[in-house]
Amino acid sequence: MTESTDRISPLHGAGGEMMEQLLAEHVMPHFAARSVGRIDVTAMDDGATLRLPSEGELVVTTDSHVVKPVFFPGGDIGTLAAAGTLNDLAVMGARPLAITLAVILEEDFAMADIDRIVQSFAGVLAESDVAVACGDTKVMGRGELDGIAINTTGIGVAERAISDAGAEEGDAILVSGTIGDHGMALLAAREAFRLETELCSDVASIWPMVRSILPIGGLHAMKDPTRGGLAAALNEMARKSGTTMEIEQAAIPIREAVVGLSDMLGISPLEVANEGKAILIVAPETAEDVLAALRSHPLGQAAAVIGRVGSSHPGRVVVTTPVRGRRFLDMPLGDPVPRIC
Amino acid sequence: MCLAAPAKVISITDREAVVDYNGVRTTARLDTLAEPLAPGDYVLIHTGFAIRRLSPEDGEATLRLFDELANSLDLNDASSSENAEHSRAGNEQQPQTTSDS
Amino acid sequence: MGRPFELSDPARARQLADAITILAPPTSVKIVHVCGTHEMAITQSGLRRFLPSTVQVLEGPGCPVCVTSTADIDAAIQIAEAGAVVCTFGDMTRVPGTRLTLEGARSKGCDIRVVLSSADAVRIARETAQDVMFFAVGFETTAPMTAAVLLDDPPANLSVLVAHKKIPEAMAVLLDLPGTAIDGYLAPGHVSTIIGLDPYTRHLGRFAIPVVIGGFEPLDILYAIALILRQLHDGRGIVENGFPRAVAPEGNSAARTLIDAVFESTAVAWRGIGEIPDSGYRLREPFAQFDARARFDVRGEVGEEEIPGCRCADVLTARATPAECPLFGRRCTPLSPVGPCMVGSEGACSIWFRYGGRELP
Repeated sequence: MTESTDRISPLHGAGGEMMEQLLAEHVMPHFAARSVGRIDVTAMDDGATLRLPSEGELVVTTDSHVVKPVFFPGGDIGTLAAAGTLNDLAVMGARPLAITLAVILEEDFAMADIDRIVQSFAGVLAESDVAVACGDTKVMGRGELDGIAINTTGIGVAERAISDAGAEEGDAILVSGTIGDHGMALLAAREAFRLETELCSDVASIWPMVRSILPIGGLHAMKDPTRGGLAAALNEMARKSGTTMEIEQAAIPIREAVVGLSDMLGISPLEVANEGKAILIVAPETAEDVLAALRSHPLGQAAAVIGRVGSSHPGRVVVTTPVRGRRFLDMPLGDPVPRIC
Repeated sequence: MCLAAPAKVISITDREAVVDYNGVRTTARLDTLAEPLAPGDYVLIHTGFAIRRLSPEDGEATLRLFDELANSLDLNDASSSENAEHSRAGNEQQPQTTSDS
Repeated sequence: MGRPFELSDPARARQLADAITILAPPTSVKIVHVCGTHEMAITQSGLRRFLPSTVQVLEGPGCPVCVTSTADIDAAIQIAEAGAVVCTFGDMTRVPGTRLTLEGARSKGCDIRVVLSSADAVRIARETAQDVMFFAVGFETTAPMTAAVLLDDPPANLSVLVAHKKIPEAMAVLLDLPGTAIDGYLAPGHVSTIIGLDPYTRHLGRFAIPVVIGGFEPLDILYAIALILRQLHDGRGIVENGFPRAVAPEGNSAARTLIDAVFESTAVAWRGIGEIPDSGYRLREPFAQFDARARFDVRGEVGEEEIPGCRCADVLTARATPAECPLFGRRCTPLSPVGPCMVGSEGACSIWFRYGGRELP
């Protein structure tokens, strides 16, 4: 038996003994406990089977994850990969069943880091009772990849999936919590900026929270505001439904530290990613109940109604500002950068 | 060029201050500041350097300036406000859109 | 909410809006500001909604990022391609040079780093043996910080590409151009923190139009606009400090001493306008060893900036609207900007494009 090493080498992705050892020692121990099919991940077969419920719609989603830094305040790429995919399922109204895990590693990536990342990944899955169905490992040479890239595909089932296009005039627009935490925490964590803050990413699986509100009904549309932030997600929802998202800026819950960073860097909290939040468009009759249910969940304590769906400017997002001015909130053009002017 | 935000001074060493923007801490250089600074003061910071000391009283003084302007135009009672509203409504045009939108 | 000096109370905004309406003349008024942060603040707060349609507030050549010349950006990229670590402010990374943006140069393998301060560039220079160049962009607010690090025993591997500019000179040039028809200036608050009131009096006094220094909170801006209109109403045209909590009449002498020790005035090219005498800075002789252009033997042309068809010069000088430029929305868009007006989020054309023209919600 070859000795364990503390860094990834090309042999770890070559399909032979080194790779088996990598999986046996650093990956599989985290995933053996849960299974959703007759031929599951522990069989390490060419594929896996899934036991599917007899009713409902099958929902599938896929994401690739690259994040810098790999370890950030509040989580790491493992947390992000798991939560990101489970959240995509959750905002479709789907109960997550299984997830795939494909990892590409750069040569010399530290084994200790892999342990941490896989552990984080597994931890998120455990909270939502989700199994890893199957996976893949590849290694690229030094300098051919920046550290690590992860691809995940999530499979879930919904009674009836909820799209992001179903907003109707008169609906209430809710967010499940504070906006801008993840994006700002990652900016603050950039070593070069030398900032000290307790601000953490909000990365978390929101399925347990979403599950609790689905039975209430009246949920017309949902979306998770990841890259491009609240601004991008609201614009997409407005365009797809042909409605106007009328937003009260003062009602958007934002942490003080996020406001501080925003002032300092000149970056809007509305344009940076959130990794543990949902936008919910709810019929007026059930909006209060949905809000109450969100607030009674640990992840939804700061949930708020931030606006109403209107019809004055189809496809646009209109914001009433704290000073009671009005403006369009546009689709962000790219990743925000700190400004001087 | 003009982005500068006020932060609270936590401590001062030699020519640097530890400052706090609503719970985010960093340091700011003081070479570019003309005034003496003490912990508890606010300071306006541009690209990591302090440019002006501010105190909470300055915020109050600013509001008084706004009040002075309003008073000089007799704007403090509701009827003036309504007259201005009608006047503005008369001046406003319908919103226009560009021809190729 | 907890922002110190947050001045956004809706009731006071209403009051200031009323003041503006009462003071506004029946004929149209064109107010020009020269600060990207002013445009952002006006746009972000939706302040134009408070203005009667006769009062226009337009952005002039106020964003030092937008008016940095193509030659300067080409120089920065040339220096990066020569192997230096280039330290730059974030909003500079997307401004197009002749071939590339700094962001584009980074994708091609150049070491371009976003810094928040000139002091960061010094730190980076102390941590490496490589050449480190600091791209010194900004108006009089930012020049003192470059001066400060150069006076502070900088490491020998540090160099500075000086692109700092002076705004009152440009404000005067605008007023001399035919057809600009500017009725009043909203002067930049933080530049004024440094320079005080004198430079405006010196350069703009002869035009006898209102020049009001304004802050950046929503109420600060409405207040400054009201003061401009009050002056017009009273037939006055003077320099007035509408931002006294941050601007002393004499400005910031410590900052100015630093500038004077390190820089001297020189003619520089403003993107979209061309060369303006005495409107920029260059290093004084004792600091010439830190001049990046000299160290890296930069060859580049300085002078008129002209792109066929581009009407940035007219837009920047408030003589044309973006829609009147033939490139607007066709060859020139926020994702592929041709001229400075479309660059970044504060350029006049960029804002016009993204907000659907003069339409307000």
